[in-house]
Amino acid sequence: MFLFVNIVMGMKKRNQLISLAELKKGQRGIIQELPEGELSVKLMEMGLLPGETVRVEHVALWGDPISVKVGNSLLSLRKEEAQVVLVEP
Amino acid sequence: MDKHSGWLVLSQHEVVEVIDLPGIYSLHPRRIDEFITFDVLLNSENEVHPDLIILVADATNLKRSLLLCSQVLDLRIPAVIALNMVDVARASGLAIDTLKLSRLLGVKVIPINAREGKGINELKRAIQTRLKAPASDFLDVSALAPDLIQPLQQLTGARAPYAALQIACHYINFYCFQAEQKARIRHLLETHHFSAARFQAEETLRRYERIRHLLDEVTRQALQPSPMLDATRRIDALLLHPIGGYVILLIIFLLVFQAVFSWAQYPMEAIDASINHLKRLLAAVLPAGVLTDLLIEGILSGIGGVVVFLPQIMILFGFITVLEDTGYMTRVSFLMDRLMRRMGMSGKSTLPLVSGMACAVPAIMSARNIELQRDRLITILVTPLMSCSARLPVYTLLIGFAVPDTRLWGLFHLQGLVLLAMYLFGWVMAFLVGFVFQFFIKVNELSYYVTELPIYRWPRWKNVVLTMIEKGKVFITDAGKIIVAISVVLWFLASYGPPQAMRDVDERYVQLRQQAASPVEAEEWLRTHKLEASYAGHIGKVLEPLIAPLGFDWKIGIALLTSFAAREVFVGTMATIYSTGAGEDSGLDVLRQRMRQERNPHTGQPTYSVATAFSLMIFFALAMQCMSTLAVVRRETHTWKWPLIQLAYLTGLAYLGSLITFQLLS
Repeated sequence: MFLFVNIVMGMKKRNQLISLAELKKGQRGIIQELPEGELSVKLMEMGLLPGETVRVEHVALWGDPISVKVGNSLLSLRKEEAQVVLVEP
Repeated sequence: MDKHSGWLVLSQHEVVEVIDLPGIYSLHPRRIDEFITFDVLLNSENEVHPDLIILVADATNLKRSLLLCSQVLDLRIPAVIALNMVDVARASGLAIDTLKLSRLLGVKVIPINAREGKGINELKRAIQTRLKAPASDFLDVSALAPDLIQPLQQLTGARAPYAALQIACHYINFYCFQAEQKARIRHLLETHHFSAARFQAEETLRRYERIRHLLDEVTRQALQPSPMLDATRRIDALLLHPIGGYVILLIIFLLVFQAVFSWAQYPMEAIDASINHLKRLLAAVLPAGVLTDLLIEGILSGIGGVVVFLPQIMILFGFITVLEDTGYMTRVSFLMDRLMRRMGMSGKSTLPLVSGMACAVPAIMSARNIELQRDRLITILVTPLMSCSARLPVYTLLIGFAVPDTRLWGLFHLQGLVLLAMYLFGWVMAFLVGFVFQFFIKVNELSYYVTELPIYRWPRWKNVVLTMIEKGKVFITDAGKIIVAISVVLWFLASYGPPQAMRDVDERYVQLRQQAASPVEAEEWLRTHKLEASYAGHIGKVLEPLIAPLGFDWKIGIALLTSFAAREVFVGTMATIYSTGAGEDSGLDVLRQRMRQERNPHTGQPTYSVATAFSLMIFFALAMQCMSTLAVVRRETHTWKWPLIQLAYLTGLAYLGSLITFQLLS
């Protein structure tokens, strides 16, 4: 029973995660996970690390790219790159 | 890739060479310029493999700077950290205990201010003290790949365990390994189930973890507003505004275009005038003859053709350096990325394209600021399609010939509309070609866009001036040689011909003079017929069957050949062919008159129809009729491959475009 609750809780938590690309301008989120892969390494190097708070600052004319604030720095990234970053809004 | 290097005098007895490597965020290379840095640092056989590394770290972004620093330190090469922008960090309430940082990292940390030159003497003194690599690694990587490191070190010859693992991640692109050695490395990695991406991710996380603990110990952040960050946020609210941002971008680009297009005009005219003056002076002093001719008309004209580009190049690079220095260029990239990406380019391609409307030569040089090689190559390849100022005289001549001087609906000047259409045609073709090329041009690098938008800062004026001078120098020494060489060849082709034919012209000229024709008329007759009898004239005649389907005769063939020097030469050559006295304004009308009178000797039909004129305009819109562009592409890509591909595709496109235009209209 406990196990079941845990799984449900875990699923619920997972379901709450959305990708960084889905955050609206001005919204904040805490980075939860990045998938394994080359792109994630690059994003982590730039400071998009699990546990960091990000905030969408600007969105370009066609909705892409977006700029996000993480720590003291402002990063600009394409939607397809933001897509892989899962955040808890 | 240009390597910046210089000599640093440490003391009377000690001079060291300092090399500035392409900037990187982390040691893991993805782009070609990053591979250059990677190879210099990891390949001990690289001719500039360093004895000492000066790591320039950014105090305002210490966390990310330390990631790279810690990676480089783990290569176990002697190093010193120059901590830049400490003043800005302090202004935003960040206190850094550099002594403690130095102790914990096991390496000297010198606070500097690169803009004001502060701390440079301390840095020089530190370099003199025979620095050593830190005694222990920042991150013990052996835990990440326990059994792999030893055999890997043996196989790669890497001294540091971390260096061995770095090579394991990137050995495929490591220049110094033979195929056989690469195969052995691959075999070893496969037996240990080594995944580069997993290692890199794990390594990056662990380093950041350690850096966080380190920063907790050496920094204190006061909770106070940071003026620099605040200013940047307010400026960005304006410059990155979804509508206002684009309006400002347009205004800034118009200003740059205006500067390159018209401000450069004055110094260019002055250069032209001085070269002509010098030519007349030499012609008066030197004895008439082949050598004098070569010197004046061949070489000096060529040199004039090189120097005349300097104002445009220097003005454009002045602006670009200011835009880069202030941090605005990354915003341009942000605003334009979506649009340009579809066309196989990137946001930073916009400025080269806009500058290309003035002149392709400085525009192509400015494509250097595009980081991704594929995007940069495509930008270079399509920039000559933009309607540059040298096309204007050609369009003026032909539009005046083919388009009636009337108004459309009593409102729009029809000739002006056609000219506008030619400019738009250039943009459309550049986008179209870029769109197609992105499927063909593959470059071996991972293309990520993610970049930092730095805080806004005032431009470093000294840097601006130095860049302007450097770009001018590079153009003159590297592209200049090719331009002078081609212009000598073109001069030869247009001034010399088969001896018999040239002698005939001379004899008939003498007869003409004796028959009391006016000297001016006789001179003009001579120029026209000499050009006809020259090698260029012969080439024009050989070309005729090839260009007849485009509506061109051999006379246009000659003008196409000579205008390879520069497009505007077309008008001058046509004036010579039709003996109208070279290209003054009144001359243009006379020239158009003569073109109207010209009949095809076989059919008796007018040679120049509206169809021919439009066909010619399309030809000039598309063809690579510019040796200087060719030379500068050679210089920028460091091979003849790309300029030749460009010449071939643009000429092919021009031929096809003209063929379709002429066949549809006639």
